[in-house]
Amino acid sequence: MTEPLHRVVRHEGGSVLATLVRLTGDISLAEDAVQDAVEEALRRWPREGVPSNPAGWLTVVARNRALDVLRREAKRTQKEGDAVLLDEVTASFREDTTDSMVRDDMLRLVFTCCHPALSMESRVALSLRILCGVSTVEIARVFLVPDATVGQRISRAKKKIASAHIPYRVPADHELPDRLASVLVVVHAIVTAGHHSPEGRLDARADLAEEGIRLARLLCDLMPDEPECAGLLALALATHARRDARLDADGELVLLPQQDRSRWRLDEIREAEAVLDAAIHRRRAGPYQLQAAIACLHGLAATFDDTDWPQIAELYRMLERLQPTPVTRVNRAVAVGEAEGAAAGLRLLDDLDEAEVESWHLYWSARAELLVRVGRPADAVEAFERALACTPNDSDRRFLQRRRDEVSG
Amino acid sequence: MPRYAALIYGDENPADLGDAQQWAAIMNEYNDFGATAGAAGVLAGGEALQPTTTATTVHVNGGKGGEVLTTDGPFAETKEVLGGFYLIDCADLDEAIRWAAQIPGAWHGRVEVRPVVDFTQQ
Repeated sequence: MTEPLHRVVRHEGGSVLATLVRLTGDISLAEDAVQDAVEEALRRWPREGVPSNPAGWLTVVARNRALDVLRREAKRTQKEGDAVLLDEVTASFREDTTDSMVRDDMLRLVFTCCHPALSMESRVALSLRILCGVSTVEIARVFLVPDATVGQRISRAKKKIASAHIPYRVPADHELPDRLASVLVVVHAIVTAGHHSPEGRLDARADLAEEGIRLARLLCDLMPDEPECAGLLALALATHARRDARLDADGELVLLPQQDRSRWRLDEIREAEAVLDAAIHRRRAGPYQLQAAIACLHGLAATFDDTDWPQIAELYRMLERLQPTPVTRVNRAVAVGEAEGAAAGLRLLDDLDEAEVESWHLYWSARAELLVRVGRPADAVEAFERALACTPNDSDRRFLQRRRDEVSG
Repeated sequence: MPRYAALIYGDENPADLGDAQQWAAIMNEYNDFGATAGAAGVLAGGEALQPTTTATTVHVNGGKGGEVLTTDGPFAETKEVLGGFYLIDCADLDEAIRWAAQIPGAWHGRVEVRPVVDFTQQ
């Protein structure tokens, strides 16, 4: 009996909560009410059977709970303002909640949880907690911070939403580009943490990437006219499809050329491609669509040598125009190194402002690999040393040591 | 007559604020000051600010009308100093950020937006 309940809470808990946040205007009160409703379901569903519309049932029970709390509060404080507010709230509680209202509620909650006035860490924690229903303990486990830290981030964010009056609404059209970017970057951070979080537990990390994909699907569903939502989903799917090949049996990092491609999930890569194709027809290119296109080209190449490097180099050139970050430039240099030869790639790296990249290990390792290929092993070993000096995680460090020894030996 | 701003600095420890008795005692002190200064006719206005955890710092990149960047938390640099303030009545934080981004200080420096305590809601 807890099985169907678990499923409902997992898949529809977010939207039940979103409706309650709209009705009460208070995230904490809404959370408590939904929690009470879930506990009541645990007691009643085994006896009475699962209702035909479980999410609707939870919403009704939760809003009755919230109403009780508000009534008690109004009686305790005896404030006129509260009584008037309560009447308004009660009136809106009686309205039927339609599917499109639930979608709007969810969309509003997404924008609230990802508001740019909240820190990135808070946005990520709050989104996982509120939108995905991931527990504080699980979030702490993936990000390798104490439970209390995550709890504090979430409670601070909720307090700021309430006291600074961060609005619970969908941004107007002219605000949407900035605000959507702030949402997409949160979901991207969740997916990326699922793949790269330093030494976090593997299963927890895969779960996290899947939560990120679920959020990206939700965004596509809520904002079907925004091609960057689809771009992000495609990127997440194509990257996650390579999860089983990214580490070897000993948990060591395996780079793209050496990955066992039979372990890639081709069906997921094809889904990414289909999602991306539909988005591209809108002819509004963006960074996520471009990165997704690159990930799909890698995913669909039968072998490393079959990779369409000229096309990937061109996509990176377009990405660099939109997003001239050191990360994009280094990636483009690597692609150009494959498409036009190591010397051409190295020239692009030479053009970079070294101050921007000197403490980034992937710059040094990319440089080292290109130096190996142009026949400058001594310079390559030096670049590997520079990479090792700034590599944060053990798996990367062991990999770089191995490469350095191969080149110097 | 010259006008002065009296800016109030202090420890910000939520644990202390949790102590209702201590909080009430401090409020009494402020009420006393308000009554005395009000009677003397020197008080032109004043507000209590919400804690810095509710603050948002706004910066406009590249001059007037440029990209609006928001950061969670108070303005924490030591080089720049407090140079003035406005009180703005806005529907929500989005509107407050929109107005803050039009204050020249937002591109010449930073503008910290902090909600004012609404004592009718306490």
